[in-house]
Amino acid sequence: MTTTATTSPVPVMSDARPRPVADALTMMWRNLVNIRRNPQLLVLATIQPVIFVLMFRYVFGGAIGGVSGVPYVDFLMPGVFIQTVVFGSLTTGIGLADDLNKGLVERFRSLPMARSAVLIGRTLADLVRNILVVLLMCAIGYLVGWRPHTEALAVIAGIAMVVLFSYSLSWVFAIIGLSVRDAETTQAASFPILALLVFPSTAFVPLHTMPDWLQVYAEHQPVSVVVEAVRDLTIGGPTSSDVLIALAWCVGIVAVFAPMAVARYRKAV
Amino acid sequence: MAEPAIVAEHLVKRYGVLEALKDVSFSVPEGEVLGLLGPNGAGKTTAVRILTTLLRPDSGRAIVLGRDVRDDAARVRASIGLAGQNAAVDENLTAHENLRLVGRLTHMSTGDIKSRSDELIEQFSLAHAGNRLVRTFSGGMRRRLDLALALVHRPPVLFLDEPTTGLDPKGRTDLWTVIQRLVGKGTTVLLTTQYLEEADQLANNIVVIDHGSVIAEGTSAALKGRFGSTVIEVAFRDETAATTASERLAHVGTVARDGSRLKVSVSDGAPAMLETVRVIDGAHLEPTSMALREPTLDDVFLALTGHAAEEPPVEDDVSEADLARRGKHKTA
Repeated sequence: MTTTATTSPVPVMSDARPRPVADALTMMWRNLVNIRRNPQLLVLATIQPVIFVLMFRYVFGGAIGGVSGVPYVDFLMPGVFIQTVVFGSLTTGIGLADDLNKGLVERFRSLPMARSAVLIGRTLADLVRNILVVLLMCAIGYLVGWRPHTEALAVIAGIAMVVLFSYSLSWVFAIIGLSVRDAETTQAASFPILALLVFPSTAFVPLHTMPDWLQVYAEHQPVSVVVEAVRDLTIGGPTSSDVLIALAWCVGIVAVFAPMAVARYRKAV
Repeated sequence: MAEPAIVAEHLVKRYGVLEALKDVSFSVPEGEVLGLLGPNGAGKTTAVRILTTLLRPDSGRAIVLGRDVRDDAARVRASIGLAGQNAAVDENLTAHENLRLVGRLTHMSTGDIKSRSDELIEQFSLAHAGNRLVRTFSGGMRRRLDLALALVHRPPVLFLDEPTTGLDPKGRTDLWTVIQRLVGKGTTVLLTTQYLEEADQLANNIVVIDHGSVIAEGTSAALKGRFGSTVIEVAFRDETAATTASERLAHVGTVARDGSRLKVSVSDGAPAMLETVRVIDGAHLEPTSMALREPTLDDVFLALTGHAAEEPPVEDDVSEADLARRGKHKTA
């Protein structure tokens, strides 16, 4: 069944050997083109982060003065970064639900491509998007007065932490998207999780302003832990333990939720 | 004789208590077209999903080009094309980009992808829209692109699951032409459809499937010989007249009575119609309407199972003996 002549009437079967890396990159390309062409996703990736930065900076910034000796904008920006990418990681679930709904996953599964490529290509595309989103927010933040207090390397590590956290959450929302199979329902089903992660946290307000019972949860939940680590890396302070715990959260979330997402994907069609 | 390109052997698939497939077997010789004909929920899509490696059967074997779909799924996928019930196209890519996506995922070389997608765009009359986003496409254009996507890697075996559902009559006949051209080039095709006319147009052989079981199979001509190629419908004012007419028309064709209406399945339309008119006139009966038409899936099902296509069966399992008994009863 193999032939080299392009004009041969004998059907040429495609190569059945797995190419997981090439397939994942192809899927990433396809998903990135989709983000660029889908107005809703594009707004989510560009205009929304800008609005968040400006709103938090100017609406809440006036009400809350400096926190622990640094200007509120410097305290706030790590929280806005994390909040934006947490909401943004929802698009992983929305995209997968949409692909399932439209029969595209069925098409992909009938092709001789690596099974892993649909999920990995999707999360990688969202990772690229999140990197661009965070860089955009850094630029807007700088314009409105955000100034890191640490060395360049620490700031880069802080940005990397934000992006890594968003990648780990992509796997959580992938499971929701694969389970509910519909973009709108994915959004609705994810909102309680997003709200519980983002609002009872130290993203926007210091821990000591919350009631005692809430502090227990707010101090140890992953958003707070990662936000504190990013603050350490951009404002300064005793970094190592916060950063290590934050890293452990990111790795732990991927280790638990990625296999669950893969299992869900296998059963999805 | 060479081994068939597609073999389904005693396929069984259950979803909880629902038996989607109960012991379904059929085969498609290389280069031929098999039409899997049945109503919604008959099990057509389940059979296609098993043969295209998307679903594992609970028991039975599925072989494509000599390879078991369970043991050798990757190679099976490399040699099949699937166009499912939804046009599975990426709306935010252009037609060319969709083709390139599938070309890359089937591991074709860049140069080959380029020439192949140009060829398919031309073949499927999408040349004017090749660089347009698919979300601006009409339903018919999406279907054509969907079929083109199934063909990018030149699969020798093609599965088409209700390829014309949702298309207007023009779109349907256009797609038929495309499929006929493919078959002319030697592609083996398994086609599922709810339309008898479609199976008749495209398939060499037809397998009729209902509630997960094969209830008839044969060439289109053979099946038509069994249930008639034309239907004469006669309506009367009351049941008495209809009963009298059904007794006298027994020699014309297979007669089924539903209240005051008669359906006569015949093999030769015009002479049978003439004879029907003579018989009815001779018996001094006054019909309220008479019509000659092509048989539909419903007629096939009525003839084969005694129930209409969309209705649940009277019993769960309709045995051959049962069928035969009902058949006699109908014509009595």
